[in-house]
Amino acid sequence: MDLLNHLALGFETALTLNNLMYCFIGALFGTAVGVLPGLGPVSTIAMLLPLTYALSPVSALIMLAGIYYGAQYGGSITAILVNLPGESSSVVTCLDGYQMAKQGRAGAALAIAALGSFFAGTVATILIAAFATPLSEFATSFRSAEYVSLMVLGLVGAVVLAHGSLLKAFAMIVLGLLLGMVGTDVNSGVQRFAFDVPELSDGFNFVVVAMGLFAFAEIIRNLEQAEAGEASLQKVSSLWPTRTDMRRAAPAVVRGTLLGSILGVLPGGGALMSSFASYSLEKKLSRTPQEFGRGAIEGVAGPESANNAGAQTSFIPMLTLGIPPNPVMALMIGAMTIHNIQPGPQVMNTDPALFWGLIASMWVGNAILLVLNLPLIGIWIRMLRVPYRLLYPCILVCCAIGVYGIQNNLFDVMLTLPFALLGYIFHRLECEPAPLLLGFILGPMLEENLRRALSLSRGDPTVFITRPISATLLAMAALLLIAVLVPAIKRGREVVFVEED
Amino acid sequence: MKTLLPARNRDTLAGIVFVLFGLAFVIGAGAYDMGTAARMGPGFFPRMLGGVLVLLGIAVFAVGARAPVTAGLLRGFPLRPLLAICAAIAVFALLLEKGGLALASWALVMVSTAGQRKPHWIEAFVAAIALTVVAVLVFAYGLKLPLNVWPRF
Repeated sequence: MDLLNHLALGFETALTLNNLMYCFIGALFGTAVGVLPGLGPVSTIAMLLPLTYALSPVSALIMLAGIYYGAQYGGSITAILVNLPGESSSVVTCLDGYQMAKQGRAGAALAIAALGSFFAGTVATILIAAFATPLSEFATSFRSAEYVSLMVLGLVGAVVLAHGSLLKAFAMIVLGLLLGMVGTDVNSGVQRFAFDVPELSDGFNFVVVAMGLFAFAEIIRNLEQAEAGEASLQKVSSLWPTRTDMRRAAPAVVRGTLLGSILGVLPGGGALMSSFASYSLEKKLSRTPQEFGRGAIEGVAGPESANNAGAQTSFIPMLTLGIPPNPVMALMIGAMTIHNIQPGPQVMNTDPALFWGLIASMWVGNAILLVLNLPLIGIWIRMLRVPYRLLYPCILVCCAIGVYGIQNNLFDVMLTLPFALLGYIFHRLECEPAPLLLGFILGPMLEENLRRALSLSRGDPTVFITRPISATLLAMAALLLIAVLVPAIKRGREVVFVEED
Repeated sequence: MKTLLPARNRDTLAGIVFVLFGLAFVIGAGAYDMGTAARMGPGFFPRMLGGVLVLLGIAVFAVGARAPVTAGLLRGFPLRPLLAICAAIAVFALLLEKGGLALASWALVMVSTAGQRKPHWIEAFVAAIALTVVAVLVFAYGLKLPLNVWPRF
């Protein structure tokens, strides 16, 4: 059995004392930072990235994955206890989790979230391991035309899932694609938009853009609102869910896991979509739908599992195609390139230990989170009590050192300033930065493949619709777009996002 | 309908920002070879995308201009946190190589404190020292990142 051999290799890599430790540290720090209100996974990973510079590529990726899961779980803690979602995918957890906490059942909500996530993580790990090889083989049949169509699908997905105005989200993506053009053009060697600045010849570094737009802009934003009020924390009493809780939660966990695993693979932020989808599914299936929004445990169990499963399966397109389905994966690709790994279908063959080690570490990371989080819940609550005026300097110092550390380059540090300004302005203008980031990372890939596809077809644009896989992908993109423009669904989407605000 | 240009409307402003960016890229890409669809030059893709961005910007602007004058208004634009954080990062960048990590991160925290509405200076002073010690221990000694810790003049 290939699968077993691969998993054995993976666990051999992930379970070395070193990697186990990095996974543990990653999960620990990820939770600690992710629990802070207002810090989503993108900022958390960007902030903790410098911790991984000195590590070997395998350990670095394992640690980053640990940070990612930790950040997700940290976000759930904040959602349940303070009603503040750190990221959009834990918005749904707020709805019923916070209500449970208000009724004194915070412990049960936290435990169910952790257990559900663990179950989802286990299933998703097995799914990834099982589908990675066939998908990579499938991916090798992809030519430029298919890559272009896939990226178009991903970008359309990102637009559909962005908050608020579709037009603005589209504009943000296009701006991201354009910012990705800065630097040396691969085909002709011409320096584009570099203003003869030698540091710009490689374009903007991804970490610089992410830190400026997300981490720094977030700090500026939070400082404006800071002191507005210390978050009101709910108390945690007994951690253990009752037997009834378990009985009600279990089927929701299973359904959430399946839903999340499928939706997570789709480009454009599957985790968010899957937690919303799971919530409405549970509400529909429930015999007592009136309990939803008033502390229904299914409303925590389903979306949390879906969220975690989706977070994990979103690694599939990143690992097999080298195409990030969401900003977190884009950041992971950025981290891989820092360690000189070119993501894509070849990684599995050129670096099997890294590939399978990362997959095995996903399960290990989830297991660590389970053992770590329930006993340490008291510490996380104390993290929530630290006032923001003491927190943001820590974030600033980590980020500043991190940006410098990418290439030991002061220019990069200064370059975060315009991006911080841009991120802040866009926040004020209610334009979400996530699509921009995705466009930025996909820009060069999209251009290169578009050029190659069109040069192979001698300039004939029908190449995108005459190749079956490419045509299918474009049709999916078109369907998605039609779906949001159709009034009924448009209304549904608005409702979903209103609930969020 | 005669209304004043809703200058403080988020959508019209966002539209203007997008149009400006789009124009900048279209004009900038003019310096590069356009090529043909079969053999795209370096100017092709940016010019195309820049054009799309201009159109999108106009559409966003139109949405904002059509909205009621009272909708989507920007409330104030507090500059203090923005300036303080940007200044703090700039100071860090200026101090890091010559002044060393210790001085740079201490200064980073102190300058950023100015961004708070009511700065707690004494607390910030102590916190800055503590944070600097941790940063030096973790990043310079622990992770062995190639950083100067102490000033070099």
